[in-house]
Amino acid sequence: MTGTTSESRLILPRYLREPAEKRTPVGFPDYRSTALRAPLRTPVDLPHRLTEVTGPVLGEDRVLPQDADLTLRNGGEAIGQRILVYGRVLDSDGRPVPDALVEVWQANAAGRYRHVADNWPAPLDPHFDGLGRVVTDSLGRYEFMTVKPGAYPWGNHHNAWRPAHIHFSLFGRAFTQRLVTQMYFPDDPLFGQDPIFNAIPPVARHRAVSRYSLERTQDNWALAFEWDIVLRGTDQTPFETDDDGDVA
Amino acid sequence: MTTAEGASQFVDPLDVPPDPATPFQPRSGQRGTGFLTEPFRLGTTPSATVGPYLAIGLTWPDGIWAAAEGTEGGIWIRGRVLDGAGDVVPDAMLETWQADPDGRFPSPEDPRGASTHPGFRGYARASTVHPPGEFGIFTLKPGRVPDGEGGLQAPHIDVSVFARGLLDRVVTRIYFADEAAANAEDVVLRGLTEEQRRTLVAEPTDDGYRLDIHLQGERETVFFAV
Ligand SMILES: [Fe+3]
Repeated sequence: MTGTTSESRLILPRYLREPAEKRTPVGFPDYRSTALRAPLRTPVDLPHRLTEVTGPVLGEDRVLPQDADLTLRNGGEAIGQRILVYGRVLDSDGRPVPDALVEVWQANAAGRYRHVADNWPAPLDPHFDGLGRVVTDSLGRYEFMTVKPGAYPWGNHHNAWRPAHIHFSLFGRAFTQRLVTQMYFPDDPLFGQDPIFNAIPPVARHRAVSRYSLERTQDNWALAFEWDIVLRGTDQTPFETDDDGDVA
Repeated sequence: MTTAEGASQFVDPLDVPPDPATPFQPRSGQRGTGFLTEPFRLGTTPSATVGPYLAIGLTWPDGIWAAAEGTEGGIWIRGRVLDGAGDVVPDAMLETWQADPDGRFPSPEDPRGASTHPGFRGYARASTVHPPGEFGIFTLKPGRVPDGEGGLQAPHIDVSVFARGLLDRVVTRIYFADEAAANAEDVVLRGLTEEQRRTLVAEPTDDGYRLDIHLQGERETVFFAV
């Protein structure tokens, strides 16, 4: 049956997916928790329809200005190496993703999370809760001030230590663009023995590592690390026209 | 001149054979034009697990309310997340995304215009912490949504599951057992076996619906590659 209404013949974007050899697999044998949790059957292809190409609007109203500074909590200053983390959220077409919610969480400078399940003997910091939230600006830029997280042991194997990392959660415009990931720091000596880092295919690992930035390092105040995050783009050619008929 | 039989073995060093059809290109493997022949693409950022401490970053007091508390016609969708040993997963997070009762999405990306259904966000985020293994979201039952091919999809909710031990989210859908006619026409369900379909269909309860998500095992839920 051929529909004639505009609703039945919708022209929808198709979000491109990185080939499997460049994507993190859901399960990875060296990461033991995946054994009973990662699904074993091959996922069923779901072509992108309206539900997949739309997504929630979660913006400024979820974020307070102080959420962008993790170093000032409970009326005092967090202990640790102060760092500025900044970058852009783009899609794979190179287009900025504006007004996107970015949620981050991390361990404190000693490598301890403020969480009931984390009780290894490293100190908690009363002035650090490890939670940050920002929204990207009109050019897709984000930044927040924090302290560099410490490495922490996690018992996956003998002497298993997570390389220092910050957890990131991002929404783009569409359900297909949803991403939860971790940002690492350059040249971490713990990369080699970390199965969560090494589950990322070798060709894509550098995309999870931030870059030290002397340009944005603040004199007498904070080191800076730059990390651009790339969400899935669409199969539209880069030469489509915008609302005014101009080549975008 | 070299017509004698004995000379046929002689190889003339200046008799250079023509280029093979695919010339040797040590770096790229192919001779390019110097212009981009495909759109330029950035590599996407690889996913990683939410880990065991996701509650720090991803807890929202209003997370479970896809529809505002008290919205008329609201339903609870509850269920458990189970692992391959049949144990409940007490540290997972679910996110849901769906249309409003008219089949429209509260998103500027809906080409028909964003839904303005009062109190409806369409999105919920629930943990399985309290009680362990169980999630619950409050929402409105979605309407039917065009499938883009002239038909209508059955009412459904897209679901992402995140947890320690999952290096990427896994995606599934929730359908509704009391929509048998619509389900029979649904383009996604039609592509599945009866046994697979059962893993996606929520059963009615007193205040909504219930569906367990099995990450592994005999009754492993159908997960989708999106
Ligand atoms: Fe962590």
